[in-house]
Amino acid sequence: MPTFVRTEKCDGCQGQDKTACMYICPHDLMKLDKDGSDTGHAMKAYNQEPEQCWECYSCVKICPQQAIECRHYADVVPLGGSVQPLRGTDSIMWTIKFRNGTMKRFKFPIRTTPEGSIDPYAGKAEAVMANIADNHFFNHNEQNGYRAGDPSELICK
Amino acid sequence: MAGEFGNPEVVEESVDILLIGGGMACCGAGFELMRWLDAAKKDGHDLTVKLVDKAAMDRSGAVAQGLSAINTYIGPEQDPADYARMVSNDLMGITRDDLAYDLGRCVDESVHLFEEWGLPIWKTDENGERFDGSKGMTSLKDGGKPVRSGKWQIMINGESYKWIVAEAAKKALGMENIEERIFIVKLINDKNDPSRIAGAAGFSTRDNKVIVIKAKAILLAAGGCVNIFRPRSVGEGTGRAWYPVWNAGSTYSMAAEAGAELTLMENRFVPTRFKDGYGPVGAWFLLFKSKATNAYGEAYMEKNKEMLDDYPPYGHAAVPASCLRNHLMLKEMKEGRGPIWMDTVTALANLRETLSPREVKHLEAEAWEDFLDMCVGQCGIWVGENIEPEKKNSELMPTEPYLLGSHSGCCGIWTSGPTDVGAPTTETEAGVPEHLPQGWNWGYRGMTTVNGLFTAGDGVGASGHKFSSGSHAEGRLAAKAMVKYCIDNKDFTPELDTDVQTLVDEIMQPVKTYLEHKDYTTAIDVNPHYITPKMLQFRLQKIMDEYVAGVATYYNTNAEMMKVAGEKLDMLKEDAEKMRAKDLHELLRAWENYHRILTAEAHLKHIEFRQESRYPGFYYRTDKNFVDEENWHCFVNSIYDKNTKKWTCFKRAHVDLVDKSKLFK
Ligand SMILES: Cc1cc2nc3c(=O)[nH]c(=O)nc-3n(C[C@H](O)[C@H](O)[C@H](O)COP(=O)(O)OP(=O)(O)OC[C@H]3O[C@@H](n4cnc5c(N)ncnc54)[C@H](O)[C@@H]3O)c2cc1C
Ligand code: SF4
Ligand code: SF4
Repeated sequence: MPTFVRTEKCDGCQGQDKTACMYICPHDLMKLDKDGSDTGHAMKAYNQEPEQCWECYSCVKICPQQAIECRHYADVVPLGGSVQPLRGTDSIMWTIKFRNGTMKRFKFPIRTTPEGSIDPYAGKAEAVMANIADNHFFNHNEQNGYRAGDPSELICK
Repeated sequence: MAGEFGNPEVVEESVDILLIGGGMACCGAGFELMRWLDAAKKDGHDLTVKLVDKAAMDRSGAVAQGLSAINTYIGPEQDPADYARMVSNDLMGITRDDLAYDLGRCVDESVHLFEEWGLPIWKTDENGERFDGSKGMTSLKDGGKPVRSGKWQIMINGESYKWIVAEAAKKALGMENIEERIFIVKLINDKNDPSRIAGAAGFSTRDNKVIVIKAKAILLAAGGCVNIFRPRSVGEGTGRAWYPVWNAGSTYSMAAEAGAELTLMENRFVPTRFKDGYGPVGAWFLLFKSKATNAYGEAYMEKNKEMLDDYPPYGHAAVPASCLRNHLMLKEMKEGRGPIWMDTVTALANLRETLSPREVKHLEAEAWEDFLDMCVGQCGIWVGENIEPEKKNSELMPTEPYLLGSHSGCCGIWTSGPTDVGAPTTETEAGVPEHLPQGWNWGYRGMTTVNGLFTAGDGVGASGHKFSSGSHAEGRLAAKAMVKYCIDNKDFTPELDTDVQTLVDEIMQPVKTYLEHKDYTTAIDVNPHYITPKMLQFRLQKIMDEYVAGVATYYNTNAEMMKVAGEKLDMLKEDAEKMRAKDLHELLRAWENYHRILTAEAHLKHIEFRQESRYPGFYYRTDKNFVDEENWHCFVNSIYDKNTKKWTCFKRAHVDLVDKSKLFK
């Protein structure tokens, strides 16, 4: 159920070295057709191996022009439906259209902190070399999540 | 020098610690690692690190789409021993309690970090009403109550799960230590000590560049294996596997070639999912309390209950092993009482009677979110076929088999466990090759039987049900142990057992083959001198599907069928040397498929060796169609000889470290 790129919407990420869709596709499917020799549309992207698409929507969500959509796989799914997201910084909106025209809209949160704001070690302990052979992490139980367990459960100890 | 196609730039690097993969496990490793490197530096050990991923970490690996649940969260009320028991029973009694227990006690630390970093986790208030993760309720760390969709699972708004976890890992590691779009083709042993790892080699899928990296310690966590069996959809829908189609068995194949001992490679996972879209069913069964029925409305889990008696004790636990649930369903399908339905209509109607009006409003959104957050394709099926779950039921179907060690499967690499849980220190089964370690721990947590080679997540065998959170935690455990390994081996300087030019030639062979022969025929895809990676993959899938218990035979095989498969695989392996690559993208496909072939071969050899059907519902040996507790309640392990290209399988004894009888009381 492959993605497709809308010809008039894609701007080839403005001639940048690395397009957003090429950057993100986990399966290396999106390709910029620089001179148009593959598709007849120079400086536009396309899915070079549609039958390998996991329809993970990574490219759909990241495209700055909203040029990418999914046409669910023709060998399985009847035509006419569409599932299209708009991903913001803290939520994602989905517009869902059924083959029979029924529409649904959903909005879900995606994260509670601003994008790019994670400071991984903020307020966290340093590692102590003396503990390197212990059976837990550098910031042992700082997260309140270590489950020591009832020792009597270990029957061979 | 910038390279060109067929004549790549060759880059040689040297680091202390190399992380292969950028998925949940390597993200965990990156986070844990840098703190220890800081500490080591203060002690005078200046260690360097590099992470390579074949994709972009923001969306690489199995969590690319996001997830709607964290499937391993122990919580303060449950004991790691309960978790180890569940893992064991679901995998028909043969797992490593030491690994599961260790994971169980650590995993919540990672989950609490995810929440701190911004992952929205659903909560219930004091009245038991549930709220999504945007509400800002008390965090899990401070005693907040998660929404349990099962004993071990908690619900999240996980569209950006991977994005968040990767952001933390990237910040911790530093972008200067990360290189994306590097596909690792093979590991290289040490010239002076073949039992040690010394480096890895691969290529860039963006630039014409081959990269050879020397390393003292390597974490190999490149995910599980998809697409060795013919998928049920074979046109445009070929890519719609349940597990991510880009996980190509690199973990298992590269470890095997480096000499690492594999375990339980006979195990596979055949999830029952919504038909064609492979959308998750967990929330439907556990959260919405939906039932599955045959064509005539009969609930097969009740109707065929006595079939569980054939498999004591695993069929008698409160939750029977996953494979046995398939086993009961397959009876209906084989006897012609399909299709199998998920009765979403009744389930949602029932819920409407018990929930508050506000919750009912959320209910529909929750049902859709379950797919939109981790399997959008299922929504594609629903909209295309006009399925609204409150009005129309959906079909269920068991998928093609997948090999993985972190989800509900347990194949993988034999790995050193914790030292403080009573694990065996000797081996009682005869036949284990002498150079391999005896007990279940040999010094470094997460290390394979090759010195310096570590693994985590889908790589660690004999301990399934780790899922996203557990893979992250396991990566952290391995990272810490790698630092210790490097310090303990500070005088060791890796030397590659193969010279760089040989490695480059080997990696580039498919390109050379293409350039040499492409003009022999007028159409580049049909040429007697080479095979396209795509056709090679189809051949592999045909062999596995028809002879090694794929969907074509309803998951049945026998010794004779496997003999035929073995012969065909031998020839396929030979032909793999004639793969062509017309561009860097196809070079990626070529090596992915080489990894798939080795992984598939391991799967075949293990099923052949195990003289029983340990996982009924996942596969059946019709010539040994029983579970033989007396002779086969043991691990099946193997090693591969990269020179002779032969596998050696052997048994290892299984020992319970927690009391399993508690499951059946
Ligand atoms: C459909 C689906 C549903 C799931 N549902 C849940 C759920 O609800 N809850 C839950 O907790 N877990 C769930 N999981 C499980 C979870 O995603 C995995 O357990 C976890 O991602 C495994 O982590 P890993 O690091 O081992 O592998 P991955 O996260 O898959 O990472 C593998 C990494 O290796 C890289 N790589 C692969 N080969 C190479 C190579 N040769 N060279 C360089 N890099 C390479 C990949 O790009 C990727 O970065 C689900 C998984 C799937 C697919
Ligand atoms: S990300 Fe969008 S705009 Fe950019 S190249 Fe791809 S399809 Fe075109
Ligand atoms: S949907 Fe996913 S797999 Fe398909 S092209 Fe986009 S990023 Fe790649």
